[in-house]
Amino acid sequence: MEAHLKGEKGAIAISARSRQASAKRQEAANYLRRYWTLYLLLLLPLVYLVIFKYVPMLYIQIAFKKYSIVKSVWELPWAANYGFEYFIKAFRNRDFLLALKNTIMLNLLDLAVGFPAPIILALVLNELRFKRFKSFTQTIAYMPHFLSWIIVAGLALQVFAPSTGLANNALRSLGLEPIPFLVKSTNWVGTYVFLGVWKNVGWNTIIFLAAITSINPELYEAAAMDGAGRMRRIWHVTLPGIRSTIVVMLIINLGYILGSEFDRPYALGNAMVNDVSSVIATFIYIFGIRGLQFSLTTAVGLFQAAVGVVFLLASDRLAKKYGERGIV
Amino acid sequence: MITSKTSKIGDAIVVLVCLALIALCLAPMIHIAAKSLSSMDSLIRNQVGLWPKGLNVDAYRLVLDDGKFVRALWWTGLLTVVGTVLSLVVTTMAAYPLTYDKLKGKKVVNALFIITMFFNAGIIPMYVLLKNIAFVNKPVVLVIPYCLSVFNMILMRSFMCDLPVSMRESAEIDGAGPIRVLLRIYLPLSKPVIATLVLFYAVGRWNGFSDALMFMNVPKYYPIQLLLYNLINAIQSVDTATLEGTVSPALSESLKAAAIMFATVPILFVYIPLQKYFIAGATLGAVKE
Repeated sequence: MEAHLKGEKGAIAISARSRQASAKRQEAANYLRRYWTLYLLLLLPLVYLVIFKYVPMLYIQIAFKKYSIVKSVWELPWAANYGFEYFIKAFRNRDFLLALKNTIMLNLLDLAVGFPAPIILALVLNELRFKRFKSFTQTIAYMPHFLSWIIVAGLALQVFAPSTGLANNALRSLGLEPIPFLVKSTNWVGTYVFLGVWKNVGWNTIIFLAAITSINPELYEAAAMDGAGRMRRIWHVTLPGIRSTIVVMLIINLGYILGSEFDRPYALGNAMVNDVSSVIATFIYIFGIRGLQFSLTTAVGLFQAAVGVVFLLASDRLAKKYGERGIV
Repeated sequence: MITSKTSKIGDAIVVLVCLALIALCLAPMIHIAAKSLSSMDSLIRNQVGLWPKGLNVDAYRLVLDDGKFVRALWWTGLLTVVGTVLSLVVTTMAAYPLTYDKLKGKKVVNALFIITMFFNAGIIPMYVLLKNIAFVNKPVVLVIPYCLSVFNMILMRSFMCDLPVSMRESAEIDGAGPIRVLLRIYLPLSKPVIATLVLFYAVGRWNGFSDALMFMNVPKYYPIQLLLYNLINAIQSVDTATLEGTVSPALSESLKAAAIMFATVPILFVYIPLQKYFIAGATLGAVKE
């Protein structure tokens, strides 16, 4: 009797479950009928993503194998030293070590100069009271961002030309010695950093200006009530108000410390300044695509990407430890 | 309260800083424009600063007489138009479905996109892929491999997410499917972000250099930036290879300046009408979400 009851209860439970299941199926069918077009839309971007972003990730194995043009990537023999032969070779390669050193040096200088510059400019722009003049300034200041590095290099070569350039003409008219801006290594580094600021300082203010607009205006009123002047308002209201944005941008920039642009050093560089202008990206181009050392340069690229991820996650962790929001 | 005198001095300093910034941004471009329009004589005598001396358009005429350069301008224009349209279509196809909260698998798709922002296989694996699928040295290599920017996709998605859901819901009650909602409601309302992305994609393609340098070895498909690079560095100076032997370096100077102008002015034509859409900055601030 008891067993029978139990059985009955079980049967009811099962039929309830199957009803639930069929209701779920029904729901899923309804859902798909309504939204299948969304999946259809996603199909093309996903195919793109798989082919052009994820398949190349499979080819990273080239870094651990001996590359040969005639074999498919999967058939290549493993490299010596448990596959790490090319990483060892890279760190014994003087050209790579130079490129690594230059990458870090140029990125650190960029960070030191190029990171605070847009914050300061954003603070200045925010103090500008004349609306139309402000948007005019912004329009002009954002413009260099849209010029390619090739164009910027073209401009720089003419502006900084030793004998006919605008900059050296100005120096001469002030009675100063002309400066070889782009042909002497130390000057080249300075010019490289300066041009980076020139091209991007305006553009990079956007994110800070957006953060400033989200500061509660009552804070400014309260500060004014307490008799705070302009500098104190900037220091005690505006800057703290955009702190989390500054931290997020710093994380992203730190994550990029081993990253390297290609166009910028390649377009600005010349034979006289190779000792400072060769970076990882140009190394990969010259020794990989031109020199056909695919395994070595894939290993270098992987090293660069992996360090990038580690730096990004580490600086994110650090930011969170100090109570900031982080990005991941 | 703030005394008006110190505040006025502060305002004056702020305006001066902005004027200096404007001058710094414009001076190089004005200098190049002046050089491109100056006579050789004044260039040799190093008289050209921010204003052309001995106004003439010989340099422009020489550049326009160079068939390869003119061809590259048209070719890059075509690449830019085709590339921008394709990029916008693919970006919309990715961004719009991800605005549906209820979409199953949304998290996975999102993650697939985000991962590629943090980790990238590198140039050589990309090159091997393009070789394997026979894209290298084909015009298509300048259009497809970089047609979708995840950053731009997120920009569009966050803009669309900020549109009121109630509009979509009432359209759905009226029996409109997702595609209809996209075409009738979302796209018309997304004009500011579309304008911004047109600017980003179009300028990106017009300025594209390294993909052509690495993946395109057929001179007749060289985009303008590659030609400009070669011209500036006198590697295979367009027609100046023949010219330079016969004419002075001053001409090559004004020729380079004119070539730079040809590469720059189209950017300004796109930038100036479209810049007002992101100048408020609101759309770009959303990216960090």
